[in-house]
Amino acid sequence: MSEPNPVDETAPESAQAAPAEGAAPAGMVRTTLRSLLRSGPATAGLVLVAVHVLVAVLAPLLTSYAPTANAPDSALLGPSAAHWAGTDALGRDVLARVLYGGRYALMVSFAATACAVALGTVVGCAAALKGGWLDDLVMRVLDAVLAIPPILALLVVVTVLGAGPAVIVLAVTVVYAPQVVRVVRAAAMGVAPLDYVTAARARGERTLSILVREVLPNIADVVSVEFAMRASWVVLLISSLSFLGFGANPPTPDWGLMIAENRTAMTVVPWASLAPIIALATLVLGLNLSADGLAKAWGVDRVKEAR
Amino acid sequence: MLTFLTRRLLSAAGTVLLASVLVFASVQLLPGDVATQVLGQDATPEAVSALRDQLDLNRPAVLRFAEWLAGAVRGDFGTSLVSGEPVAGALWLHLRNTLLIAAATVAVAVTSSIVLGVVAGLYRDRWPDTLISSLTLAGMSVPEFVVATLLVMALSISVPVLPAVVLDGASAPVADLLPSVVLPTIALSVVMTAYIVRMTRTSVIDVMASEFVTTARLKGLGAWRVVVRHALPSALLPTLNVIAMNVAWLVGGVVVVENVFNYPGIGKLMLESVHSRDLPVLQAVAVVGAAVYVLCNLAADLAAMALNPRLRTGERSAR
Repeated sequence: MSEPNPVDETAPESAQAAPAEGAAPAGMVRTTLRSLLRSGPATAGLVLVAVHVLVAVLAPLLTSYAPTANAPDSALLGPSAAHWAGTDALGRDVLARVLYGGRYALMVSFAATACAVALGTVVGCAAALKGGWLDDLVMRVLDAVLAIPPILALLVVVTVLGAGPAVIVLAVTVVYAPQVVRVVRAAAMGVAPLDYVTAARARGERTLSILVREVLPNIADVVSVEFAMRASWVVLLISSLSFLGFGANPPTPDWGLMIAENRTAMTVVPWASLAPIIALATLVLGLNLSADGLAKAWGVDRVKEAR
Repeated sequence: MLTFLTRRLLSAAGTVLLASVLVFASVQLLPGDVATQVLGQDATPEAVSALRDQLDLNRPAVLRFAEWLAGAVRGDFGTSLVSGEPVAGALWLHLRNTLLIAAATVAVAVTSSIVLGVVAGLYRDRWPDTLISSLTLAGMSVPEFVVATLLVMALSISVPVLPAVVLDGASAPVADLLPSVVLPTIALSVVMTAYIVRMTRTSVIDVMASEFVTTARLKGLGAWRVVVRHALPSALLPTLNVIAMNVAWLVGGVVVVENVFNYPGIGKLMLESVHSRDLPVLQAVAVVGAAVYVLCNLAADLAAMALNPRLRTGERSAR
């Protein structure tokens, strides 16, 4: 390996290996989009998610009511021309709260998923590439973290640190990063013994550069599918936490919180509970369909999964 | 075989031990003083120091953990800060109540998901599969508290046949609790079935396409016999892991559903202890939860070995 020749020959080879695995970036996006749009359910999923994002962004334009404005004289009204989905026990417009609620759900879920997947990817790749004692240690600790019921871990973090979006993002990261580590580690293990990684090692590249230039591009599909799939569970988990009273603080428009608040008045104003339920279910459905579509388009096996 | 079993048991015990270290550390060591945390910011210094004495906070954490562990192994989880009674008594009582729901849910969900998954797999891409797959997707897209809320709307308010909330305490006899087990069980089964069906369907499709099933068909065996005797054992293998994971998920899902129905189970105990910052109870619940998870995984691995002889010879490589 002291002569320059083999080094020069392996460099272009490793550069070509990436396109062979996942196609050039621009072409990959196009083929992926095309195969996503060809499948009906995947298109429906993307449209659902897009509509949710649009509604969340445009919420102030779509309703003239403030989501936290109390109006005691118009409490517990059924659907009408003034309040399309009625009002809740404090006279707040349910539709306005549902529309604004999407902002909270999307922002917190996106931040939490991104943190969990990023951390999980880095640790998973490091464990797979370094191997040895680091890998053993990481896997032992992960087994223990995974053994603690997620809801309980979340509750402990929230109790110790107090509620609030930042804490929720941290808590979800703690709970879900270990599961991402497992998936990413398995994928990276499949890439690590391949020739282009060996070649990079032989060239004397550092682990970090091998990780970024050789391994990451080739497990990008697994990570993306993991992100999409994880996002739907994060939305569910965060709404469960709000429902239990440990997520968003009361005046915040949040779907889980709304369902918890309006559940007691279900016989009087069923729409106050049904509207946030529909919003939550369509967002998760959209994320699930998109994740399925992505997995199919890239041939990633996403069945072996745990929540 | 025996050495393998011992090793698996030891590793499982190690995982539970490590999990309890993590729980203990995060509850007692993270930020600030536990006594102040329990009593709130405006507690008097005397009250704080009294609680510090009661919790033995003046001694090193390692010693406290060792003592707590020694007690926990013997089934003594300390004393509740709220009720002043031993944690273990309340814990086992609530665990018994939760096991009623859990056992019923596992029985219902596993049976229905295997039946539905096999049907969907055999009728791939035809209407039974489309129907089952759509329902599955719907089930996966709603959180368990929504299913529970909708069930209350339908079966407790519109057609009042089942109780919407449980009024019994934790120590009520099992017979009194039985009617209130039905709705939580349905709510949890719907969500759990949705996840298992997907796995069963995929593995049934895989197995039905394999050579040994073709051979069994060519031998002229009946369709029923091919599916039940030849395909099903192999198809259930990957499903087992998903079932084990879902049983572990149940520990968390049960918290939410018990909250909806006010059911006096381990989930309600957990929430109450979080609300009142009853640390000894919280630790006990967490460790029991971890033990359940580890046991489920162990059971799934052993069942997989029973179903698949090849795994028995690969003991060394099995993790």
